[in-house]
Amino acid sequence: MLRPPFIAIGLLSACVLAYEVLLTRLFSIVLWHHFAYMIISAAMLGYGASGAALTLLKDKIASHVGITYAMAAAGMAFLMPMAFLLAQQVPFNPLELLWDKTQLTGLLAIYLLMMLPFFCGGLAIGLVMWHFGSNAGRIYACDILGAGAGSLGVIGALFLMPPDKVLAVITALALLAAAVAILELKMKRIWTGIFLGLAFLMVVAVPAGWLQGTPSTYKDLSQTLNIAGTRVVEKRSSPLGQVTVVESPRIPFRHAPGMSLNAMDEPPPQLGVFVDGDGPSVLTRFDGRLEPLAYLDQLTSALPYHVLKRSDITPRVLVLGAGAGSDVLQALYHGAANVDAVELDRNVIDLMKQRFRDFSGDLYSRAGVNVREAEARGFANSTRERYDLVQVALLDSFGVASAGLYGLSESYLYTVEALQTYLSRLTPDGMLAITRWLTLPPRDSLKLFATAVVALERDGMADPAARLVMIRGWKTVTMLVKNSDFTPAEIDAVRDFCRKRSFDLAYYPGMRPDEANRYNLLAQPYFFEGAVALLGSQRQDFIDRYKFYIEPATDDRPYFFRLFKWSTAAELLALREQGGMPLLDWSYPLLVATLIQACVASVLLILVPLAVSRARHALPTAPTALYFLAIGLAFMFMEIAFIQKFLLFLAHPLYAVAVVLCAFLVFAAAGSWLAGRWQNRSANSRHLTMAIIVMAALSLLYLAILPGVFQSLSHLPDSAKIAISVALIAPLAVCMGMPFPTGTMRLARTAQSSIPWAWAINGFASVVGAVLATLLAIHLGFAAVILLAVAIYVAAAFALRRFA
Amino acid sequence: MKRHLAFGAFLFLCCVLPSHSEEYATLRQKMVEEVIAASGSSRPAPKVMAAMGKVERHRFVPSWLTLFAYRNQPLPIGYGQTISQPIIVALMTDLLQVKEGDSILEIGTGSGYQAAVLAEIAKSVYSIEVVEPLGKQATERLRSLGYDNVKVKLGDGYYGWPEAAPFDGIMVTAAASHVPPPLLKQLKPGGRMVIPLGASFMTQYLMLVEKKADGSVTSRQIEPVRFVPLTGGH
Repeated sequence: MLRPPFIAIGLLSACVLAYEVLLTRLFSIVLWHHFAYMIISAAMLGYGASGAALTLLKDKIASHVGITYAMAAAGMAFLMPMAFLLAQQVPFNPLELLWDKTQLTGLLAIYLLMMLPFFCGGLAIGLVMWHFGSNAGRIYACDILGAGAGSLGVIGALFLMPPDKVLAVITALALLAAAVAILELKMKRIWTGIFLGLAFLMVVAVPAGWLQGTPSTYKDLSQTLNIAGTRVVEKRSSPLGQVTVVESPRIPFRHAPGMSLNAMDEPPPQLGVFVDGDGPSVLTRFDGRLEPLAYLDQLTSALPYHVLKRSDITPRVLVLGAGAGSDVLQALYHGAANVDAVELDRNVIDLMKQRFRDFSGDLYSRAGVNVREAEARGFANSTRERYDLVQVALLDSFGVASAGLYGLSESYLYTVEALQTYLSRLTPDGMLAITRWLTLPPRDSLKLFATAVVALERDGMADPAARLVMIRGWKTVTMLVKNSDFTPAEIDAVRDFCRKRSFDLAYYPGMRPDEANRYNLLAQPYFFEGAVALLGSQRQDFIDRYKFYIEPATDDRPYFFRLFKWSTAAELLALREQGGMPLLDWSYPLLVATLIQACVASVLLILVPLAVSRARHALPTAPTALYFLAIGLAFMFMEIAFIQKFLLFLAHPLYAVAVVLCAFLVFAAAGSWLAGRWQNRSANSRHLTMAIIVMAALSLLYLAILPGVFQSLSHLPDSAKIAISVALIAPLAVCMGMPFPTGTMRLARTAQSSIPWAWAINGFASVVGAVLATLLAIHLGFAAVILLAVAIYVAAAFALRRFA
Repeated sequence: MKRHLAFGAFLFLCCVLPSHSEEYATLRQKMVEEVIAASGSSRPAPKVMAAMGKVERHRFVPSWLTLFAYRNQPLPIGYGQTISQPIIVALMTDLLQVKEGDSILEIGTGSGYQAAVLAEIAKSVYSIEVVEPLGKQATERLRSLGYDNVKVKLGDGYYGWPEAAPFDGIMVTAAASHVPPPLLKQLKPGGRMVIPLGASFMTQYLMLVEKKADGSVTSRQIEPVRFVPLTGGH
């Protein structure tokens, strides 16, 4: 009797997960990052469709399990680079989606192409699961253990080499998996040699650049490189993004966003810094003289320095999102005593300190400037320092923001809790300053204002109106928030600053309506009217009636950039012919389109083939189908929601995703292994019921205590935080790993022919679950997603009792 | 077989694509009517619409998009650039209040379509493009269409076109993080500058800068559509 190919399963599963993570990186570079949802969904669809194929073909391949397995693994290896390269050839421009319906065909083609490697991977693993059904617990354990290793490994690999090289390595690993399977299944060894040879060639012989994607011509970097004389002077890659530095000697960058029309200053020479092709932010030449930086005093973001100066404060400044240092230079220009510059990407810091040290005037090693490599919110949570000014930099590019490309991004920088944290890090007379791009009618700036009002209220401020200021230029909006009331002298400074630069006052305590809308004239004083409404007793009514979603974002629903409302979608779409297309935040409808596409594709590729074939005779009973549907949905809900919950604590998006995903998978593997042992001894569902009760109790407990625990432990070093996170996830994940093998082994004894059906239904649920979890989180919050997952698991436990 | 297929495709395209200039003229007229209808009360001046009725927009888009040239939508022209939605072109031209005899500066030639529309009204149009292939194509296109009053040069638009300054109007269609001070200097007192802001395919709003007789400037931000952001609002 052959043993299942445990090692090959682990390897292949590692490749699948690594490829999935890598694709989100590659698609961020060639398109925009929100296509990550499509990748997750395509992966799950591939798995689901492989279940259907297995059901249809199982009689034909029953006697060729080994060769089919090896061919599926090799097919996956071949398709991983091919699907990505072919997807580049599909004519698809997301910016034209709402203009040109044929773009949907392109989207669908990419979706189906990207499904193919996962189909092969799913086929290989499902085949083993079906053929060696009685070993399902151990196979499943190897499967998810491999997946855990893959998810961690790919992040490590992305630190060491560029994404296209990582793609070559993963492809080679998939070929290795095929080679190992041949050994494990005792097949002809010649194939082992062939696959190993191909793997070697893949890593060594594929030329650099072959597997590089072609970025969309509409990305900022692509457009910049079309300008005569531009050239890339440096490129660095990490899992956080691909940083590209561009020089443009013939037509300089001259980046001074929203500079006053009264200003005559020209910025000094600059280099453009692009992350994943978006941007630019700029690296400005600094020779130690402050005069060439005068243009930085002509931006709305210079306001807090003038207000602090009126109070004779030489500020100690915290810049969140320092990037290549524009805000640090602005602080120095205004005489800051000390600047703490927080930047997440080590590559950017290294560029400033090494490659461009002379150009930047060694800014990040200058006396009085302290660079901290950290995630902005995490740093704010953990620091015990106090600042006169917390400056949140304008991090997103104007092009990406104005095209509505951020709608689905979670951001913990602009939530109510984030603003409360920033305020708590201020000196008594200190202030928080946040600058955003201007949109018309106002959207995110009013949402930010509403967020600040709620943050002040939650901090027990009786009169938030006395602690807020907002001004606008022709391209940017800056908001100030204080822990104490603005003094008359400070308000004078605000007025003075705006008058000299022809910026408009949008709100200050005691502002008269006739002071609004004087320089950059709008059809109506939207900003002033909005600010007043948000401070009044009718705030909720105003938010409800506003045609964009400006309800404050919270840590539970961290979708600051979501501005889409269903109730006004039809009206906005109808304004398209009149030039009103930019009013529609289209990334949200794209998510819904992805969900619909996922459902339709799943039904067509998973359920229909089974329903019309002979496999319908092996149709599982309703409780069986419900069981596998439920555990697929609930697992995705739990995993996605808890990644978000731990993101704040681990304070680093990579640590969070890698640690949480890996911990979930590894301990779920342990759960599967345990379930296998228990099921061998007892055929009842007692253990599963117990596991679901424990899981439900833990989930509820975590929801109640985690925010407090995270807050009190936020000062701990990263290693301690990771250990605590793993310890918290372990028991939950062990329980979550049990239902799938429990159900599969039950089927192996009672209705083995239904196993592929179960695999397919579970795949379908995972496809839909991945996208649905995000959609639910946008509307209900992550806590609700977790509660829903618990309810679904409970329903699954009941369904298991009624298995035929 | 392949030859038959190719011939069939050719015949099909001959039937589908407008083949005579009259057919394009009909489509153009329809586009003008659509723009006027969509503009509502902010209807562009008749001379602007007359200019748009004359300029052969299908000559300014890639050959495979000529069928869509007269739709009221932006279209790609290569190099990550677009030809603006006709209603936006009409609004921008209208905001500039171009008069016969005016001298206009355009920063960002693109396909050359906007320059051609301006040239139908103004005496002379000076246009600067930073993407060399686009600039060359536009130069050739405008020349072949007989727009002798348009001059195109390749290069940096930041310092404008000092030899031809001052200008009655300036249009900055290239993405700019700020309004270049030299351009303000090259604007005549009483002149107007129009800047569309937004990403490709998405013009968020238009900025109109007016230089008064005393040299001071004021600006207005204009949304392309009449849109009340509050339900039940006025």
